[in-house]
Amino acid sequence: MKQLLSSRELILSAAIVVMLGLIATRFPGFVAPGNLADVFNDTSPLIILAIGQMIVILTKCIDLSVAANLALTGMVCAMINVAAPGVPVAVIVFVAIALGALLGAFNGILVWKLDIPPIVVTLGTMTIYRGIIFLISDGKWVNSHEMSDAFKAFPRAEALGLPMLSWLAILMVVIFFVLMTRTTLGRAFYAVGGNPHAAVYTGINVGKSQFWAFVFSGALAGLTGYLWVSRYAVAYVDIALGFELDVVAACVIGGIAISGGIGSVGGAVLGALFLGVIKNALPVINVSPFWQMAISGSAIIIAIAVNTRAGRTKGRIILKKAEHAS
Amino acid sequence: MTPESLTPPSPVAPVLRLDRITKTFPGVKALNEVELALYPGQVTALVGENGAGKSTLVKILTGIYQPDGGAITVDGTPVRFRAAQDAADHGITAIHQETVLFDDLSVAENIFLGHAPKSRFGLIDTSAQRHMAAEILRGIGAEIDPDARLRDLGIASKHLVAISRALSIDARVVIMDEPTAALSHKEIHELYDLVEQLKAQGKAILFISHKFDEIFRIADRYTVFRDGQFVAEGRIDEITEGDLVKMMVGRSVDQIFPKRAPQIGETVLQVTGYDHPTEFEDINFTLNKGEILGFYGLVGAGRSEFMQALFGITKPSKGVTKIDGKIRVIRSPAEAVNAGIVYVPEDRGQQGAIRPMPIFQNVTLPSLARTSRNGFIRLAEEFALAREFTQRLDLRAASLDTPVGNLSGGNQQKVVIAKWLATQPKVIILDEPTKGIDIGSKAAVHDFMAELAAQGLAVIMVSSEIPEVLGMSDRVIVMREGRIAAELEGDDLTPETLVRHAAGIAEA
Repeated sequence: MKQLLSSRELILSAAIVVMLGLIATRFPGFVAPGNLADVFNDTSPLIILAIGQMIVILTKCIDLSVAANLALTGMVCAMINVAAPGVPVAVIVFVAIALGALLGAFNGILVWKLDIPPIVVTLGTMTIYRGIIFLISDGKWVNSHEMSDAFKAFPRAEALGLPMLSWLAILMVVIFFVLMTRTTLGRAFYAVGGNPHAAVYTGINVGKSQFWAFVFSGALAGLTGYLWVSRYAVAYVDIALGFELDVVAACVIGGIAISGGIGSVGGAVLGALFLGVIKNALPVINVSPFWQMAISGSAIIIAIAVNTRAGRTKGRIILKKAEHAS
Repeated sequence: MTPESLTPPSPVAPVLRLDRITKTFPGVKALNEVELALYPGQVTALVGENGAGKSTLVKILTGIYQPDGGAITVDGTPVRFRAAQDAADHGITAIHQETVLFDDLSVAENIFLGHAPKSRFGLIDTSAQRHMAAEILRGIGAEIDPDARLRDLGIASKHLVAISRALSIDARVVIMDEPTAALSHKEIHELYDLVEQLKAQGKAILFISHKFDEIFRIADRYTVFRDGQFVAEGRIDEITEGDLVKMMVGRSVDQIFPKRAPQIGETVLQVTGYDHPTEFEDINFTLNKGEILGFYGLVGAGRSEFMQALFGITKPSKGVTKIDGKIRVIRSPAEAVNAGIVYVPEDRGQQGAIRPMPIFQNVTLPSLARTSRNGFIRLAEEFALAREFTQRLDLRAASLDTPVGNLSGGNQQKVVIAKWLATQPKVIILDEPTKGIDIGSKAAVHDFMAELAAQGLAVIMVSSEIPEVLGMSDRVIVMREGRIAAELEGDDLTPETLVRHAAGIAEA
């Protein structure tokens, strides 16, 4: 699998490089290191969310509530900041991750204990979480001037030439790379998605693994919630509306199989970057917004077509069908 | 073709006749030149062990499978069933083990699906449909509302709906495939009455059952298959239960089993008082080191259900498991593996390997606790463990990094076995280890099983194949209707004793 994935990741990396090359012929400034760093920073929220979504999809589930989770956590962070401007950013970050994880755990419990299909659960919680924002904020915005400077400054604070937002994305990539490749829990995610029946017989609790996938996805959405609200210095009901679809798209482009069991942190990151480059480059090279959407959509379909073809060639029958034996 | 040579002369001509029907699947000859004749107004019982080819025959009769050779004649005219509709057009209908009906449609819709009465505009005439359904239901004495949703009916009522459906297409041949398997005592008697009614209407009935009492109660004729071959047929009142058992079992096929000199050691596993509210009751047995213990029984006798409970997948209401004399509480497969029990399920394709995963990860999956500290995997140890067990099984692959899905079937099976051996189990449960695989692979599995036992593992083999049970087991437990019917060893182990205990026939 390593070989297969790395070749898939190689193709995606090459596609990104080719794309950057093409953009450079029309607008050389786009590939200047400073601008590439900006593109990366701009894509960081998508990268963080895609990692969480990748784990969920790996276990044959889907989390449509990430953007709503992000918006709710972001709103709570903003309201804490307004109510108690003295609360240190570290505490806010901790609250964001914990609240996000809690919202994810709620999805996970419904999937695990009540056996409700994940798409139904998260479609429901997606609306519920948005509704809660409305309830706690009365539909009002929290604006830049109400937020403390420390609250707003954190994602922009630079270290070694990159803003905190980028560094956090890199940190998450490293943490989750280790989690997915070097821990028994990471291995369980792959097993559950690859063949849930076999996973049961090897002593893995399928529902519990899916629960943890939702917790991670939620925690990452929570973290992104704070980063998003503080970066854009505004919190309201509809922030990141529809963003869950970009997140799922990034995963699909990154070679994460919707049927579960195949995927990697590297793939999710590259999928997010691919989308990030397209979204940042098209306006720069003067492509109309209508075409932008069509091009993003085409990229998703082409990526899926490539993935399905790759999956098909390695198909082989395990056992002769035993149906006729009785 | 000389149809007359098939049977002793019968007063009436058969409605349906199968002549030298053959059906081959890759590696298996499911049916080899079998014969069958069904007569109007008579019930013919089709009898045979698991694997005799009964289900394949039903699928051929209903047009789901096409035979590779032989002829089907209806009223003396040769016919070919290319699809299920062709069989239905010739008035052949089947009532299956699990009734194939539509839960969310109404009773009337179920009865007339595919041949509903049409109104002038080509639409379904629902009122006529309801009317006709009510009439048919009344005709068989079933008090079922034609508008009721099928989901809300009990199993017995669903059977009645299936029978009504058979009547609605004016069936002349009704196939009943183990129709009493899910019915209560009272419902079974109602079914007998219905069969009598169908007989009186001149329908030919093919009755497939494992239960001797009901065969002798309602059948007029019998046909016996064994290993896909036609064995005998005749009138039921001319034979005894004992004759039928002998014909079913016959001489065992020439299959060679590994010669073993079992070295049976001390008790490894002791199971006492396993109970389950619906599946099994009062299961007690012991298993020794180096022993192969066979579990025989008819399909649905509760063997797999018990094994799954022993392995912690389902929960028994009571029961104690002792391993090496110590009580072990097993509430999940993980605890079973820890206690030294592993279970290789029947459906290895679905429940065995994780295909997108590399070989080494598949092999170490149940043993990861041993190659990790605090949840972090030690890759070097993991690789060493995987290499050790794949080499022991002589697995050939370019690299242990290869996804299991890219391997051949045989190698995938080796990965699954290596996975379980790597847990260093004390007890290995093999559920139908050779079901659906060809003779050559069967021999390999049997050799391997013998080797495991020789290495001191305690083996439980669940099998429905008599030759395999007799050829491999040191001791056999026969289960019937969720209980242990007999524990047999030595000279008591004969095909006849197995079948008698499994079917609940008293000693002749």
